[in-house]
Amino acid sequence: MRQTRTIELGTGLFVLLGFAALFFLVTQITNREFGLGDGGYRLLASFEQVGGLKPGAPVSMSGVTIGHVEGIAYDFTEYKARVTMRIDSDYDRIPDDSDAGIFTAGLLGGQYIGIGPGGSETFLVEGDQMQFTQSAIVLENLISKFLFSKAAEQQADKPAEASTQ
Amino acid sequence: MLASLTRELLQSLRIALQAIGAYTLFFVRLLKEVPRALLRFGLVVEQVHNAGALSLVIIMLSGLFVGMVLGLQGFDLLERFGSEESLGSAAALGLLKELGPVVTALLFAGRAGTALASELGLMRATDQLAAMEMMAVDPIRRVVMPRFLGGVLSMPLLAAIFSMIGIFGAQLVGVQLMGVDTGQFWSQMRSAVEFGDVMEGVVKSCVFGVACSLIAVYEGYHSVPTAEGVGRATTRTVVISSVVVLLLDYMLTAVML
Repeated sequence: MRQTRTIELGTGLFVLLGFAALFFLVTQITNREFGLGDGGYRLLASFEQVGGLKPGAPVSMSGVTIGHVEGIAYDFTEYKARVTMRIDSDYDRIPDDSDAGIFTAGLLGGQYIGIGPGGSETFLVEGDQMQFTQSAIVLENLISKFLFSKAAEQQADKPAEASTQ
Repeated sequence: MLASLTRELLQSLRIALQAIGAYTLFFVRLLKEVPRALLRFGLVVEQVHNAGALSLVIIMLSGLFVGMVLGLQGFDLLERFGSEESLGSAAALGLLKELGPVVTALLFAGRAGTALASELGLMRATDQLAAMEMMAVDPIRRVVMPRFLGGVLSMPLLAAIFSMIGIFGAQLVGVQLMGVDTGQFWSQMRSAVEFGDVMEGVVKSCVFGVACSLIAVYEGYHSVPTAEGVGRATTRTVVISSVVVLLLDYMLTAVML
């Protein structure tokens, strides 16, 4: 009798520990938040370029996370990327002339959407489209622009040098 | 010369095909017994204790040290790129997707698989299985099934425990010893790891659990009923399990990545 009890106790402990570990891995290690998916309200924004933005990325105002990116799709009527964001219902006073931009957290960090508040008295509600957006900065474009402008400068310098000689 | 070589090649091909066929038939036979085995759950619980609870210490210890090594190596590597804050995500992804399921499966084959194979082999050698058949008790139903199911159920839980302890081990080395910021460590991990990554590990460990348990009970059940045969069955269990786990790991990774 005593032996079966220790077996049961050991097994129970093992199973409990196993499921606790699974629960820990799912809730604490991942960025998934349970139960919040249905709450809050949705906002839409169109961007020329979303860069490396992914569904699940945070939406923040002044660095405070107020929601998450729900989906990214291409919109053929506007020829832009349409981003759906889910904002927590606690943050329901975003002015309707606010602007949304895509930024990068650190040099190698993931991308997120930052919302800068506008000055309007009316607030955004479920399904609204954000008016002002700023695209993600693509580093390669920036570098190539810089290089081309350098090259153009040198081109411009050369004739000047030739004329002085 | 060439003819004998081809004959030998064909012979070994035939043996390999035969082994795969025998394994498949045995597996199908076990699957048919699953509903009935679940009715006698007490027997399965006993085997979960044998395969799972008794493997807990070795799994936790190995998980801790694998995590600590990962923390150390990861820190050294990431420091060269100046991004040691990513240690959390690197360690967590490595443990969840690869090291957790694979190392657990290898340890499981060594700890629980050998125990299963030698137990069944000894039952075969001492005619206990034959005695059961004489009493009209199906040894597959009474002896093999609970052991198989016990292994299958234990494996994902063991892998989850391994990964969890490993992450804490990496945190121990990375944060306490090497001075990575605690908040950076956890927040980077949380933003990089997705639900699908955890599920990938769970799916892998389930598949490995089925494979390791099947190999152990098959080799034990079909062992040659001598002292040497039981020893050979035990060895074969570990060798086949290790190779199959690594092979399956590559295939599953290629499919799920």
